[in-house]
Amino acid sequence: MDQTITVTVNGREYECSVEPRLLLSDFLRHEIGLTGTHVGCEHGVCGACTVLVDNEAVRSCLLFAVQTNGREVATVEGLDGGAQALHPIQHGFWERHGLQCGFCTPGILMSLVPFLQENPNPTEEEIRDLLSGNICRCTGYQKIVEAVQLGARLIQEKSS
Amino acid sequence: MKPAAFDYFAPGTLDEALGLLADYGGDAKPLAGGQSLVPTMNFRLAQPAVLVDLNGIDELFFIREEDGGLRCGAMTRQRSVERSPLVQRISPLLYEAMPHIAHSQIRNRGTIGGSLAHADPAAELPVLAVALDARMYVRSVTDARWVAARDFYVGLFATAMLPDEMLVEVAFPALPPGSGWAFDEVARQHGNYAMCGAAAVVGLDGRGVVERARLVYLSVGEGPVEAEQAEALLVGEQPNAEAIRAAAETAATQDVDPVGDIHAGPAFRRHLSRVIAERVLTRAIERATEANRQ
Ligand SMILES: Cc1cc2nc3c(=O)[nH]c(=O)nc-3n(C[C@H](O)[C@H](O)[C@H](O)COP(=O)(O)OP(=O)(O)OC[C@H]3O[C@@H](n4cnc5c(N)ncnc54)[C@H](O)[C@@H]3O)c2cc1C
Ligand code: FES
Ligand code: FES
Repeated sequence: MDQTITVTVNGREYECSVEPRLLLSDFLRHEIGLTGTHVGCEHGVCGACTVLVDNEAVRSCLLFAVQTNGREVATVEGLDGGAQALHPIQHGFWERHGLQCGFCTPGILMSLVPFLQENPNPTEEEIRDLLSGNICRCTGYQKIVEAVQLGARLIQEKSS
Repeated sequence: MKPAAFDYFAPGTLDEALGLLADYGGDAKPLAGGQSLVPTMNFRLAQPAVLVDLNGIDELFFIREEDGGLRCGAMTRQRSVERSPLVQRISPLLYEAMPHIAHSQIRNRGTIGGSLAHADPAAELPVLAVALDARMYVRSVTDARWVAARDFYVGLFATAMLPDEMLVEVAFPALPPGSGWAFDEVARQHGNYAMCGAAAVVGLDGRGVVERARLVYLSVGEGPVEAEQAEALLVGEQPNAEAIRAAAETAATQDVDPVGDIHAGPAFRRHLSRVIAERVLTRAIERATEANRQ
């Protein structure tokens, strides 16, 4: 039986009627048309579908949309660059060639948002530990690590 | 793939949740962090007719000190356990092992109770529960009981809980004074399920002789595997490198009988059992020796 949920996605409120079995990833992509959240494996392993729920990075393929009733969800579409077109972390990826096909990128960016809020100056080891939750088939990760380092610096410059 | 259809309930209290489990019996499953249940539903390996979502039950989220030990509500997120100063102080072994569980994005949702109840032979928490003599508080509408971690695990993905029962709380007693402890594992990639891992707890007497020893493995059997022969070999010994090597050898050849999978064959797992036993016993004994000096 369908259930009605009210969920805020990137600051905008949606009221929808959904089947309980609808995954949050499918809700985002197919119900409200936000296809920036990618789906790679649907069992929590690849990290491509990572979004923020109440500012915590979680797998949207392992949550049912009904579970986000009354919560705030943030996806890659909501990354705010302020006056710039890109968020500083995205700028880091652009500048340092942190993506090739880009399939893994949204999940990595969303994992990085709370990570860099909490830890603005991460060591390389901490960055690699965080990235262990996201699979990238293209880059070999080295460029992603450099992109995160630059992104972290850009955030600090922006706020100082 | 997508999960099969189910009815969804999100009770606000434990009593309501237990009532739902009593009403629906084996057709219902509690939904904790969903980090093991939802993948199996997406694969349609599990097709529960009813999900009872525990995420809205505030009384199941807590970490507190009681009788010098640690008490955690079943729904306490793995991430909260990992970051708790109370856990660090009272149960340093648990604290040391938590970051080995999956990735931060998984631990943000995954719960201590969900992992303990899931009884995955490759999981860290069941092994820690056995090594630390934890006790599980299990409830149904009509019954409430404490089960020792050792008796809780009864086979592959199987626990002593009945379908209408729920794990409500877990108690980790404080380690006796003068104990040393260690955890280690080997995984293909940090955060993946380990190919082998072990927790050790060692206690020395006033003369530095081993008084108590615990060595419990993950990923080498159907559940947590206690290396009883290796433990017995260590007790009464001076804890030197030779005794540790002998215990590790016994553990790997007598106590465990690993099977292979796509990640590691039986011979490699046996090899890891020996190497990891040596590492964790050495570290635990170092810590016990240090604790005895103070
Ligand atoms: C990519 C990935 C990597 C992972 N790596 C690891 C790892 O290295 N080590 C590890 O240990 N785990 C790992 N996990 C699993 C993770 O730790 C899960 O969070 C955990 O196994 C289950 O906890 P949960 O809260 O998510 O439970 P759920 O998935 O919600 O539930 C699991 C099972 O337990 C039952 N259950 C849940 N709560 C209760 C309760 N209170 N009483 C009775 N039954 C209950 C459910 O009905 C279900 O059958 C990984 C998961 C993923 C997706
Ligand atoms: S699609 Fe969710 S983790 Fe791969
Ligand atoms: S850029 Fe292609 S998967 Fe990462």
